Amino acid sequence: MARYLRYLVPLLLFVLLVGLLYRGLSLDPKIVPSPLIGKPMPAFSLTRLDDASATISDTDLRGKVSMLNVWATWCTSCRAEHETLVEFARTGKIAIYGLNYKDDRADAQRWLMQLGNPYIANAFDPDGRTGIDWGVYGAPETFIMDKHGIIRHKHIGPLTGQVIATEILPLIAKLEASE
Amino acid sequence: MHRIITVLALGLLLCSSPLHASVTLESFKFSTPEQEQHFKDVIEQLRCLVCQNQSLADSDAELAHDLRAEVYGMMRDGKSDKQVIEFLVARYGDFVLYNPPVKPSTWLIWFGPFVLLLIAAALLLRSLRRQQQVPQQEIGEAERKRLEQALHNGSPGEGPKP
Repeated sequence: MARYLRYLVPLLLFVLLVGLLYRGLSLDPKIVPSPLIGKPMPAFSLTRLDDASATISDTDLRGKVSMLNVWATWCTSCRAEHETLVEFARTGKIAIYGLNYKDDRADAQRWLMQLGNPYIANAFDPDGRTGIDWGVYGAPETFIMDKHGIIRHKHIGPLTGQVIATEILPLIAKLEASE
Repeated sequence: MHRIITVLALGLLLCSSPLHASVTLESFKFSTPEQEQHFKDVIEQLRCLVCQNQSLADSDAELAHDLRAEVYGMMRDGKSDKQVIEFLVARYGDFVLYNPPVKPSTWLIWFGPFVLLLIAAALLLRSLRRQQQVPQQEIGEAERKRLEQALHNGSPGEGPKP
Protein backbone atom coordinates (compact mmCIF):
# COMPACT_ATOMS: atom_id res chain seq x y z
CA MET A 1 0.00 0.00 0.00
CA ALA A 2 2.71 2.43 1.05
CA ARG A 3 4.49 1.73 -2.19
CA TYR A 4 1.47 2.74 -4.26
CA LEU A 5 1.04 5.86 -2.15
CA ARG A 6 4.55 6.96 -2.99
CA TYR A 7 3.49 7.27 -6.63
CA LEU A 8 -0.15 8.15 -6.10
CA VAL A 9 0.33 11.23 -3.90
CA PRO A 10 2.62 13.13 -6.30
CA LEU A 11 0.36 12.16 -9.19
CA LEU A 12 -2.72 13.50 -7.38
CA LEU A 13 -0.89 16.71 -6.48
CA PHE A 14 0.15 17.12 -10.09
CA VAL A 15 -3.41 16.60 -11.33
CA LEU A 16 -4.62 19.17 -8.78
CA LEU A 17 -2.05 21.69 -9.95
CA VAL A 18 -2.95 21.16 -13.59
CA GLY A 19 -6.62 21.58 -12.69
CA LEU A 20 -5.91 24.88 -10.91
CA LEU A 21 -3.80 26.20 -13.78
CA TYR A 22 -6.42 25.15 -16.30
CA ARG A 23 -9.10 26.99 -14.34
CA GLY A 24 -6.80 30.01 -14.17
CA LEU A 25 -6.48 30.04 -17.93
CA SER A 26 -10.22 30.21 -18.41
CA LEU A 27 -10.64 33.17 -16.02
CA ASP A 28 -10.58 36.68 -17.41
CA PRO A 29 -8.46 38.90 -15.15
CA LYS A 30 -10.27 41.93 -16.57
CA ILE A 31 -13.46 40.81 -14.85
CA VAL A 32 -13.28 41.99 -11.26
CA PRO A 33 -16.13 40.73 -9.08
CA SER A 34 -18.19 43.59 -7.70
CA PRO A 35 -18.50 43.94 -3.92
CA LEU A 36 -21.88 45.60 -4.56
CA ILE A 37 -23.69 42.34 -5.36
CA GLY A 38 -26.31 41.71 -2.67
CA LYS A 39 -26.19 45.33 -1.52
CA PRO A 40 -28.72 48.11 -2.14
CA MET A 41 -27.93 50.14 -5.24
CA PRO A 42 -25.91 53.28 -4.49
CA ALA A 43 -28.05 56.40 -4.29
CA PHE A 44 -27.76 58.93 -7.07
CA SER A 45 -29.58 61.94 -8.41
CA LEU A 46 -28.60 63.17 -11.86
CA THR A 47 -30.11 65.09 -14.72
CA ARG A 48 -31.82 63.15 -17.46
CA LEU A 49 -29.85 62.79 -20.64
CA ASP A 50 -32.76 64.01 -22.77
CA ASP A 51 -33.72 66.86 -20.45
CA ALA A 52 -31.17 68.78 -18.37
CA SER A 53 -33.94 70.32 -16.26
CA ALA A 54 -35.38 66.96 -15.15
CA THR A 55 -33.72 64.64 -12.65
CA ILE A 56 -33.58 60.89 -12.35
CA SER A 57 -32.58 59.05 -9.20
CA ASP A 58 -32.23 55.53 -7.81
CA THR A 59 -35.83 55.74 -6.54
CA ASP A 60 -37.01 55.65 -10.19
CA LEU A 61 -35.51 52.17 -10.48
CA ARG A 62 -37.00 50.79 -7.27
CA GLY A 63 -40.17 48.71 -6.87
CA LYS A 64 -39.52 46.56 -9.94
CA VAL A 65 -36.86 44.33 -11.41
CA SER A 66 -34.65 46.78 -13.26
CA MET A 67 -31.50 46.98 -15.34
CA LEU A 68 -28.92 49.76 -15.39
CA ASN A 69 -26.65 49.78 -18.41
CA VAL A 70 -23.53 51.92 -18.23
CA TRP A 71 -22.53 53.26 -21.64
CA ALA A 72 -20.87 56.08 -23.54
CA THR A 73 -20.46 57.14 -27.14
CA TRP A 74 -16.65 56.86 -26.89
CA CYS A 75 -16.98 53.21 -25.92
CA THR A 76 -16.67 50.89 -28.90
CA SER A 77 -17.96 47.83 -27.05
CA CYS A 78 -21.09 49.82 -26.22
CA ARG A 79 -21.60 50.33 -29.91
CA ALA A 80 -21.23 46.59 -30.38
CA GLU A 81 -23.85 45.72 -27.77
CA HIS A 82 -26.30 48.47 -28.66
CA GLU A 83 -28.22 46.51 -31.27
CA THR A 84 -28.64 43.59 -28.87
CA LEU A 85 -29.89 45.98 -26.21
CA VAL A 86 -32.42 47.59 -28.58
CA GLU A 87 -33.71 44.15 -29.55
CA PHE A 88 -33.88 43.03 -25.94
CA ALA A 89 -35.79 46.19 -24.97
CA ARG A 90 -38.50 45.30 -27.52
CA THR A 91 -39.28 42.10 -25.61
CA GLY A 92 -40.22 44.23 -22.59
CA LYS A 93 -38.81 41.65 -20.16
CA ILE A 94 -37.22 44.21 -17.86
CA ALA A 95 -37.18 47.97 -17.23
CA ILE A 96 -33.93 49.14 -18.85
CA TYR A 97 -32.32 52.33 -17.62
CA GLY A 98 -29.06 53.82 -18.77
CA LEU A 99 -26.18 55.58 -17.09
CA ASN A 100 -24.48 57.73 -19.68
CA TYR A 101 -20.95 57.72 -18.31
CA LYS A 102 -18.41 60.52 -18.86
CA ASP A 103 -19.94 61.53 -22.12
CA ASP A 104 -21.07 64.55 -24.06
CA ARG A 105 -24.79 65.23 -23.85
CA ALA A 106 -25.28 66.20 -27.49
CA ASP A 107 -23.22 63.24 -28.75
CA ALA A 108 -25.17 60.82 -26.59
CA GLN A 109 -28.53 62.22 -27.69
CA ARG A 110 -27.50 61.93 -31.33
CA TRP A 111 -26.35 58.32 -30.78
CA LEU A 112 -29.74 57.32 -29.38
CA MET A 113 -31.56 59.11 -32.20
CA GLN A 114 -29.52 57.31 -34.86
CA LEU A 115 -29.15 53.85 -33.34
CA GLY A 116 -32.42 53.54 -31.45
CA ASN A 117 -33.21 54.09 -27.79
CA PRO A 118 -33.63 50.97 -25.64
CA TYR A 119 -33.78 52.94 -22.38
CA ILE A 120 -36.77 54.09 -20.36
CA ALA A 121 -34.56 56.94 -19.23
CA ASN A 122 -30.89 57.81 -19.01
CA ALA A 123 -29.00 59.41 -16.17
CA PHE A 124 -26.33 61.81 -17.38
CA ASP A 125 -23.06 61.41 -15.44
CA PRO A 126 -20.50 63.62 -17.21
CA ASP A 127 -17.81 63.56 -14.50
CA GLY A 128 -18.25 59.87 -13.71
CA ARG A 129 -18.92 60.55 -10.02
CA THR A 130 -21.96 58.26 -9.92
CA GLY A 131 -19.97 55.72 -11.93
CA ILE A 132 -17.41 55.58 -9.10
CA ASP A 133 -20.16 54.94 -6.55
CA TRP A 134 -21.33 52.02 -8.66
CA GLY A 135 -17.79 50.70 -9.01
CA VAL A 136 -17.73 51.27 -12.76
CA TYR A 137 -14.27 50.80 -14.24
CA GLY A 138 -15.02 50.33 -17.90
CA ALA A 139 -18.13 50.63 -20.00
CA PRO A 140 -20.20 48.73 -20.88
CA GLU A 141 -21.32 47.33 -17.56
CA THR A 142 -24.80 46.12 -16.76
CA PHE A 143 -26.42 45.80 -13.34
CA ILE A 144 -29.62 43.91 -12.51
CA MET A 145 -31.62 44.95 -9.44
CA ASP A 146 -34.46 43.10 -7.72
CA LYS A 147 -37.78 44.69 -6.66
CA HIS A 148 -36.20 46.02 -3.47
CA GLY A 149 -33.40 47.75 -5.30
CA ILE A 150 -30.80 45.19 -4.26
CA ILE A 151 -28.10 44.62 -6.89
CA ARG A 152 -28.28 40.97 -7.91
CA HIS A 153 -25.95 40.77 -10.86
CA LYS A 154 -23.29 42.68 -12.71
CA HIS A 155 -22.26 41.85 -16.22
CA ILE A 156 -18.96 43.35 -17.32
CA GLY A 157 -18.47 43.80 -21.04
CA PRO A 158 -20.93 43.88 -23.90
CA LEU A 159 -24.25 42.08 -23.69
CA THR A 160 -24.74 39.44 -26.34
CA GLY A 161 -27.71 37.28 -27.26
CA GLN A 162 -26.06 34.40 -25.46
CA VAL A 163 -25.40 36.38 -22.29
CA ILE A 164 -29.03 37.49 -22.25
CA ALA A 165 -30.31 33.96 -22.82
CA THR A 166 -28.07 32.23 -20.28
CA GLU A 167 -27.43 34.88 -17.60
CA ILE A 168 -30.00 37.63 -17.76
CA LEU A 169 -33.32 35.98 -18.63
CA PRO A 170 -33.12 33.17 -16.02
CA LEU A 171 -32.23 35.77 -13.39
CA ILE A 172 -35.13 38.03 -14.37
CA ALA A 173 -37.52 35.07 -14.13
CA LYS A 174 -36.19 34.22 -10.68
CA LEU A 175 -36.39 37.81 -9.42
CA GLU A 176 -39.89 38.32 -10.83
CA ALA A 177 -41.06 35.15 -9.08
CA SER A 178 -39.71 36.16 -5.65
CA GLU A 179 -41.37 38.75 -3.51
CA MET B 1 11.48 67.82 -48.22
CA HIS B 2 10.97 64.29 -47.06
CA ARG B 3 13.84 64.60 -44.65
CA ILE B 4 12.50 67.82 -43.16
CA ILE B 5 9.15 66.22 -42.46
CA THR B 6 10.83 63.24 -40.82
CA VAL B 7 12.96 65.49 -38.64
CA LEU B 8 9.92 67.54 -37.70
CA ALA B 9 7.92 64.46 -36.84
CA LEU B 10 10.73 63.07 -34.70
CA GLY B 11 11.10 66.42 -32.99
CA LEU B 12 7.40 66.47 -32.22
CA LEU B 13 7.63 62.95 -30.81
CA LEU B 14 10.53 63.91 -28.58
CA CYS B 15 8.69 66.99 -27.33
CA SER B 16 5.44 65.22 -26.70
CA SER B 17 6.58 62.16 -24.78
CA PRO B 18 7.90 63.83 -21.62
CA LEU B 19 4.88 66.10 -21.66
CA HIS B 20 2.62 63.09 -21.73
CA ALA B 21 4.44 61.45 -18.82
CA SER B 22 4.06 64.52 -16.65
CA VAL B 23 0.27 64.47 -17.05
CA THR B 24 0.05 61.44 -14.80
CA LEU B 25 0.27 63.32 -11.52
CA GLU B 26 -2.17 66.18 -11.69
CA SER B 27 -1.32 69.54 -10.24
CA PHE B 28 -2.82 68.81 -6.84
CA LYS B 29 -2.05 71.48 -4.25
CA PHE B 30 -0.59 70.43 -0.93
CA SER B 31 0.23 72.73 1.95
CA THR B 32 3.28 70.70 3.02
CA PRO B 33 5.67 68.33 1.21
CA GLU B 34 4.85 65.71 3.87
CA GLN B 35 1.22 65.79 2.82
CA GLU B 36 2.20 65.36 -0.80
CA GLN B 37 4.42 62.41 0.08
CA HIS B 38 1.63 60.91 2.16
CA PHE B 39 -0.81 61.25 -0.76
CA LYS B 40 1.69 59.52 -3.04
CA ASP B 41 2.21 56.74 -0.52
CA VAL B 42 -1.53 56.07 -0.35
CA ILE B 43 -2.15 56.00 -4.11
CA GLU B 44 0.84 53.72 -4.61
CA GLN B 45 -0.86 51.08 -2.47
CA LEU B 46 -3.94 51.09 -4.68
CA ARG B 47 -4.35 49.23 -7.91
CA CYS B 48 -5.79 50.79 -11.01
CA LEU B 49 -8.65 48.66 -12.31
CA VAL B 50 -8.10 49.56 -15.93
CA CYS B 51 -4.38 48.83 -16.30
CA GLN B 52 -4.28 46.16 -13.67
CA ASN B 53 -0.55 45.98 -13.22
CA GLN B 54 -0.24 49.64 -12.42
CA SER B 55 -0.96 51.46 -9.22
CA LEU B 56 -3.24 54.49 -9.06
CA ALA B 57 -0.06 56.55 -8.87
CA ASP B 58 1.39 55.14 -12.10
CA SER B 59 -1.66 54.78 -14.28
CA ASP B 60 -2.63 57.30 -16.88
CA ALA B 61 -6.07 55.76 -17.39
CA GLU B 62 -9.02 58.09 -17.19
CA LEU B 63 -10.46 56.21 -14.22
CA ALA B 64 -7.13 56.54 -12.39
CA HIS B 65 -7.31 60.32 -12.89
CA ASP B 66 -10.81 60.37 -11.43
CA LEU B 67 -9.91 58.15 -8.50
CA ARG B 68 -6.80 60.18 -7.70
CA ALA B 69 -8.97 63.29 -7.65
CA GLU B 70 -11.41 61.44 -5.38
CA VAL B 71 -8.64 60.36 -2.99
CA TYR B 72 -7.18 63.88 -3.01
CA GLY B 73 -10.57 65.38 -2.20
CA MET B 74 -11.14 62.97 0.67
CA MET B 75 -7.70 63.60 2.15
CA ARG B 76 -8.16 67.35 1.85
CA ASP B 77 -11.41 66.96 3.77
CA GLY B 78 -9.45 65.33 6.58
CA LYS B 79 -10.47 61.72 5.94
CA SER B 80 -8.10 59.10 7.33
CA ASP B 81 -6.22 56.59 5.15
CA LYS B 82 -8.53 53.89 6.49
CA GLN B 83 -11.62 55.82 5.37
CA VAL B 84 -10.15 56.43 1.92
CA ILE B 85 -9.27 52.77 1.49
CA GLU B 86 -12.67 51.63 2.79
CA PHE B 87 -14.34 53.97 0.29
CA LEU B 88 -12.54 52.34 -2.60
CA VAL B 89 -12.90 48.77 -1.33
CA ALA B 90 -16.67 49.28 -0.89
CA ARG B 91 -16.92 50.15 -4.59
CA TYR B 92 -14.24 48.09 -6.29
CA GLY B 93 -13.58 45.28 -3.82
CA ASP B 94 -10.35 43.99 -2.32
CA PHE B 95 -8.95 43.97 -5.83
CA VAL B 96 -7.90 47.62 -5.46
CA LEU B 97 -5.53 46.63 -2.65
CA TYR B 98 -2.09 45.38 -3.53
CA ASN B 99 -1.95 43.92 -0.04
CA PRO B 100 -4.89 41.51 0.31
CA PRO B 101 -6.51 41.54 3.78
CA VAL B 102 -6.30 38.42 5.95
CA LYS B 103 -9.75 36.77 5.93
CA PRO B 104 -11.11 33.26 5.37
CA SER B 105 -11.09 33.55 1.58
CA THR B 106 -7.45 34.64 1.54
CA TRP B 107 -6.16 32.24 4.21
CA LEU B 108 -4.85 29.96 1.50
CA ILE B 109 -2.58 32.59 -0.02
CA TRP B 110 -1.47 33.96 3.35
CA PHE B 111 -0.86 30.69 5.19
CA GLY B 112 -0.64 28.15 2.36
CA PRO B 113 3.15 28.52 1.87
CA PHE B 114 3.76 28.08 5.61
CA VAL B 115 1.54 24.99 5.69
CA LEU B 116 3.50 23.55 2.77
CA LEU B 117 6.75 24.37 4.56
CA LEU B 118 5.53 22.58 7.71
CA ILE B 119 4.50 19.52 5.71
CA ALA B 120 7.86 19.47 3.95
CA ALA B 121 9.71 19.82 7.26
CA ALA B 122 7.68 16.98 8.79
CA LEU B 123 8.42 14.71 5.83
CA LEU B 124 12.10 15.56 5.99
CA LEU B 125 12.26 14.85 9.73
CA ARG B 126 10.50 11.53 9.24
CA SER B 127 12.85 10.33 6.54
CA LEU B 128 15.90 11.51 8.53
CA ARG B 129 14.72 9.57 11.59
CA ARG B 130 14.24 6.48 9.48
CA GLN B 131 17.77 6.67 8.19
CA GLN B 132 19.13 7.03 11.73
CA GLN B 133 17.39 3.91 12.96
CA VAL B 134 19.94 1.49 11.56
CA PRO B 135 18.12 -1.73 10.83
CA GLN B 136 19.01 -4.46 13.32
CA GLN B 137 19.42 -7.32 10.92
CA GLU B 138 19.55 -10.82 12.25
CA ILE B 139 22.59 -12.64 11.01
CA GLY B 140 22.47 -16.27 10.21
CA GLU B 141 24.22 -19.08 12.13
CA ALA B 142 26.86 -19.63 9.46
CA GLU B 143 27.72 -15.98 9.33
CA ARG B 144 28.04 -15.76 13.12
CA LYS B 145 30.49 -18.64 13.12
CA ARG B 146 32.53 -17.01 10.42
CA LEU B 147 32.60 -13.79 12.42
CA GLU B 148 33.71 -15.52 15.59
CA GLN B 149 36.41 -17.35 13.71
CA ALA B 150 37.63 -14.15 12.22
CA LEU B 151 37.75 -12.52 15.68
CA HIS B 152 39.70 -15.42 17.18
CA ASN B 153 42.14 -15.81 14.33
CA GLY B 154 42.75 -12.11 14.16
CA SER B 155 42.08 -12.13 10.45
CA PRO B 156 38.93 -12.35 8.36
CA GLY B 157 38.30 -15.52 6.45
CA GLU B 158 38.15 -13.70 3.17
CA GLY B 159 38.93 -10.34 1.81
CA PRO B 160 42.14 -8.43 1.40
CA LYS B 161 45.00 -9.42 3.66
CA PRO B 162 46.20 -6.66 5.97
